[in-house]
Amino acid sequence: MFLVPRIDADWHPSASLENLKIRARILSEIRAFFAAREVLEVETPVLSRAALSDPSIESFSTHGRGYHLHTSPEFPMKRLLASGCGAIYQICKVFRQEESGRRHNPEFTLLEWYRPGWNHQQLMVEVESLLLTLLAPYREFSSSETLTYQHAFLHYAGVDPFVATVDELKLCSDRLGISTSWDAGGVTRDGWLDLILSHAIEPHLGRGRLTFLCDYPPSQAALAIVRPGNPDVAERFELYLDGVELVNGFHELVDALEQRQRFEEDISQRRELGLTQNPLDEAFLSALSSGMPPSAGVALGVDRLVMLACGADSIAEVISFDFTKA
Amino acid sequence: MATYSTNEFRGGLKIMLDGDPCSVIENEFVKPGKGQAFSRVKIRNLKTGRVVERTFKSGESVEAADVMETDMQYLYADSEFWYFMNQETFEQIGVSESAVADAKPWLKEQDVYTLTLWNDAPISVTPPNFVELTVAETDPGVRGDTSGGGGKPATLETGAVVRVPLFINIGDVLKVDTRSSEYVSRAKD
Repeated sequence: MFLVPRIDADWHPSASLENLKIRARILSEIRAFFAAREVLEVETPVLSRAALSDPSIESFSTHGRGYHLHTSPEFPMKRLLASGCGAIYQICKVFRQEESGRRHNPEFTLLEWYRPGWNHQQLMVEVESLLLTLLAPYREFSSSETLTYQHAFLHYAGVDPFVATVDELKLCSDRLGISTSWDAGGVTRDGWLDLILSHAIEPHLGRGRLTFLCDYPPSQAALAIVRPGNPDVAERFELYLDGVELVNGFHELVDALEQRQRFEEDISQRRELGLTQNPLDEAFLSALSSGMPPSAGVALGVDRLVMLACGADSIAEVISFDFTKA
Repeated sequence: MATYSTNEFRGGLKIMLDGDPCSVIENEFVKPGKGQAFSRVKIRNLKTGRVVERTFKSGESVEAADVMETDMQYLYADSEFWYFMNQETFEQIGVSESAVADAKPWLKEQDVYTLTLWNDAPISVTPPNFVELTVAETDPGVRGDTSGGGGKPATLETGAVVRVPLFINIGDVLKVDTRSSEYVSRAKD
């Protein structure tokens, strides 16, 4: 798969000066928020030998040099945590192939932060206060809500995401009027869940308030701890505003063995899908083995946040030069 | 057989969907934080004109539709077909009623129209956005009334009926917007 570049030859910025000023103000307020809470700003390498194993994310690689542009600063930041740095945050550009659209630019700005000793619920409280602080000048909010992944599916789609079979999920998607180009076996079970979530549930989330979605199916744990229970749930959360996904956070998996297992599952999935095989981040795994403190961590899409502050319809309106003009 | 990946979907791209030629109107990239990426596409069926929504897996390939648009001159109609001519090759083509469809009331002999061909067969006829046609029938004009308020129906030489101001008379040549069937002005001589 490859990215087909669209090119806009016009030299002017894609964002207005007014939006760029809002962007600058938000960036400085983020830094002030963390300075007041004594969270240390850090920078980690943008070019890395290792690349993410997540089958749904594709990195850019440097020609012939064996380096990848990072798709997230997660692994080196966790190496810093293992070295005993305490709470840290980073604002950086990350790069993902194939992601271009109204809410996606292949190069985008991420705010990522980690809180050693915290769980995801404590971090959700901090995420909420950061967003209410940043967006207060631009809009009003009713009180925030937290839905479990299961409750959101039962409520908006009438299906239980933990027990429904692929065929039941397809029926549900048909019933919701989602017209797809494939049959039941065309995507994985998680693919059906993603379809229903993005088409039929997300549009209802974050209407006039912050909506946290939490307790994901273990198959979508990514790098979160799975909490045993009935059913088992991944301690992962996302935050929505105006139907836009803004934040993804974890109560972080710090078990090196389980992490290696998840990497290997990713790698075998990548092999099945015919995707490039990337080298595992052994330095990150070594850091976990030597002992990373239990932590909660979260990533926030800064461009989307600025979109919501500006009332912009497309990400190009808040980036000085979007990908078509890069 | 040519195919397009969803990465190439843009407004105007012609693809096959459920056996019919279609034109992409809008393509929205949808991707949950960590998970399957989709292309949520709005598509116009070029045979029926209907707009539908369809979701593809990002990167999925779809068959291209061999669709082209060509300008042709309208000649005449018989009981079955409407005949158009390519003005360069003088080749003539008969178009069925279902393809002429909404263009029928705008067709005037000798004028040029855009034909959409799928696998070289005509599937639709589009008149120019603005045409100039003579009024064949309307109530007598009211001299001096140029307010444009109220109005009355007028039947044009091709059979189209549009609402016109009261001062318009039989024999006047009008400029009409074919997309909305609305009167624009009297044509300048």
